[in-house]
Amino acid sequence: MDFTYDSETVALRDAVRGLLGKAYPSSEDRRGATNTEPGFDEKVWGRLAELGALGLPFSEDDGGAGAGPVEVSIVAEEIGRVLAPEPFVESVVLAGGLVAAAGTAEQRADVLGRLSAGENVLLPALLDSGQPVSASGEGESVTLTGAKEPVLHGARADQLVVSAVTDRGVELFLVAGDAEGLTRTGYRTFDGGRAARIELDGTPAVRLGEQGDRSAAIDEVLAAARIAYSHEALGAMEVALSQTVEYLKTRKQFGVPLNTFQALTFRAADLYVSMELARSTVMWATLVLADAPERAAEAASRAKAIVSRTSRHIGQEAIQLHGGIGMTAEYSVGHYMSRLTALDHWLGDGAEHRAVLAASVRDHGVLEPLA
Amino acid sequence: MKLRLSDEDARFRDEMREYFTTRFPEHIRAKVLARQELSKDDIVESQQALNAEGLAVPNWPVEWGGRDWSQLQRHLWHEEMQLAGVPIPLAFNASMIGPVIAAFGSEEMKERFLPKTANLDIWWSQGFSEPDAGSDLASLRTTAVRDGDEYVVNGQKTWTTLGQYGDWIFTLVRTDPDVKKQAGISMLLIDMTTPGLTVRPIELIDGGHEVNEVFFEDVRVPAENLVGEENKGWNYAKFLLGNERVGVAPVGTTKRWLADAKEAAGDRLSSDPVLASRVADLENELMALELTALRVVAHSAEGKPHPASSVLKLRGTELQQAVTELYVDLAGPWALASGAGDGSSAPDWARVSTTQYLNYRKASIYGGSNEVQRQIISGTILGL
Ligand SMILES: Cc1cc2nc3c(=O)[nH]c(=O)nc-3n(C[C@H](O)[C@H](O)[C@H](O)COP(=O)(O)OP(=O)(O)OC[C@H]3O[C@@H](n4cnc5c(N)ncnc54)[C@H](O)[C@@H]3O)c2cc1C
Repeated sequence: MDFTYDSETVALRDAVRGLLGKAYPSSEDRRGATNTEPGFDEKVWGRLAELGALGLPFSEDDGGAGAGPVEVSIVAEEIGRVLAPEPFVESVVLAGGLVAAAGTAEQRADVLGRLSAGENVLLPALLDSGQPVSASGEGESVTLTGAKEPVLHGARADQLVVSAVTDRGVELFLVAGDAEGLTRTGYRTFDGGRAARIELDGTPAVRLGEQGDRSAAIDEVLAAARIAYSHEALGAMEVALSQTVEYLKTRKQFGVPLNTFQALTFRAADLYVSMELARSTVMWATLVLADAPERAAEAASRAKAIVSRTSRHIGQEAIQLHGGIGMTAEYSVGHYMSRLTALDHWLGDGAEHRAVLAASVRDHGVLEPLA
Repeated sequence: MKLRLSDEDARFRDEMREYFTTRFPEHIRAKVLARQELSKDDIVESQQALNAEGLAVPNWPVEWGGRDWSQLQRHLWHEEMQLAGVPIPLAFNASMIGPVIAAFGSEEMKERFLPKTANLDIWWSQGFSEPDAGSDLASLRTTAVRDGDEYVVNGQKTWTTLGQYGDWIFTLVRTDPDVKKQAGISMLLIDMTTPGLTVRPIELIDGGHEVNEVFFEDVRVPAENLVGEENKGWNYAKFLLGNERVGVAPVGTTKRWLADAKEAAGDRLSSDPVLASRVADLENELMALELTALRVVAHSAEGKPHPASSVLKLRGTELQQAVTELYVDLAGPWALASGAGDGSSAPDWARVSTTQYLNYRKASIYGGSNEVQRQIISGTILGL
């Protein structure tokens, strides 16, 4: 049992932190990137690829680095710390994860190889929107019809991984970003990100892997993504809290710094308590994902339920303790709350995951986190 | 003790409801009910419609358009407006500077400003806060130096809500730097077109523009624009802020939002017991707040805010924020579709849910932050 990072992991963290710290030294720099299309910095994406970050979880045969959930979580956390707008979790963990889980050896080598090299912005389109996506045609090549929304960064995708209901269950398909019959309506999301409505109308697609239901693979990948997003949230919460603490020390009202008021310092202490508990849970979930993937779905729900509550606590209080300045777009702390809100509502919020946990609460007496 | 409204009050409420729901401009209500942002023209049109019916400033002295209603009637008027989706009269005019001028202004000043203030022919902005004077308002630094018949004003105000629409701004300025900080403050009315005054927008985290910075560089203000007496501004400000707090628990609006949220939730209320219990809890807490508001208005000494009005501000903003949070949760992943256009499948309420949630974090900060309210409760009420 060990919750500390080894030296290789720390080296990776420092490298990613260095890269992102240079790319986004301030929230103004980040705003520069989110205010122009495609909503993130392609150069930063390229550098993440050079660093090997975009291929971390994929096997070396597939062009990846053969690392695991711990390394992925490190990158996600650094993304969260500076609110980097690059779609790391969406592209690498979700879309890449789906290809790794379901694709043929050839598909994996091709798609993941290019993703790892930063040549292929790959994004998942899983959420149906009123018109469920259906597939027709046989063999590898099929056509898809229906709509997906919101698809994060969907308008920028070079390639999409689209889920569709077939008579075998849920299957996954690769669709080129410029495929015929594909309409993409991109828009900004409240956290400075991008999303799109994707409409497919007889759009040519290639089935990922063999025919057959992919629900189990999708569930596994969703669990990994929930855990990675929880790390992203942790990074954001940590910075929101440290900025708030710094502000309490420097902002003067009534002739004294705000940290003179015990009512405020106690609230900062409560935030710290929340955050440490969330950190323990999220790190645990990552270790479960690495060691006992069959329990990862439940661990992901536990992590997300706690992170949901904590990110609201920290996001709301960070603004409140800053007063008016926390409400402004020019100051960064409000952006942390926006991002935390987005992360919370993506892949199931706290209530949804509590409901999942509630359904199995009678299956155990005591909860035993360690194997 | 009695549970019912008197016949007279019940009749009063019905009259209000009838006017607001059948005769007030429908297109404005429709916007409010859809939780859309109102334009300046909408707000002006709305207040002028109310003023024409004698419903814009009932809290003022009768001589200046007031109605001599009981506190309870004022409360009913306010609630019915909110429930019907009628924008409440611009607070800066109707509940802040208007009552101050009526109480402390010279006769000339009243005649010059009050009718136009009631009718929103003049749009007022509130220029109190400064970068280093937020909760600690009395430490403000903007100076006004008397020069013959004029004051020369220098300094900076911030957080000026809707200052981009403002015709005039009521300000607190330092007129005597050598006394205890509360004692050297005056209240000045300043025409926002005066040379040397500039307004700069501040963007908020929801992407909107509702607050501004206002800069004063040698702005010359006629001495007749001083409210009341020099160096007595702090008293007027306390009077004004007391009024601000009374209307600040928007129970009616929050009730309407919650009812609409139930509609948005639809069948989920029967299939999701956790959601249902959350809504039930909110309804119950809102009812407790409404009853407290009623208790407060029924017992208010005329003109003086009840000490428990801090309870209303504190809890009112917390519940308002809780309901905006509920909307985001109902929207789920649709919350991300905040910028989607008409082709989107995301319902309109879901698309505005998160920007509104982010925007309403302000409610527990302005108008005396919730920490300041707790300070008032612990200090003034509990004597701690
Ligand atoms: C959207 C918006 C609109 C506004 N509109 C206007 C307007 O039109 N006109 C105008 O004049 N002003 C306006 N304000 C300003 C508002 O009144 C101030 O923001 C408010 O007084 C808080 O001041 P501050 O932002 O400087 O925060 P600070 O005073 O710096 O407070 C920071 C935090 O510390 C807490 N705190 C401060 N002192 C204490 C203490 N002694 N004990 C415990 N906690 C404390 C605060 O509650 C807050 O949580 C607006 C503000 C906002 C956000």
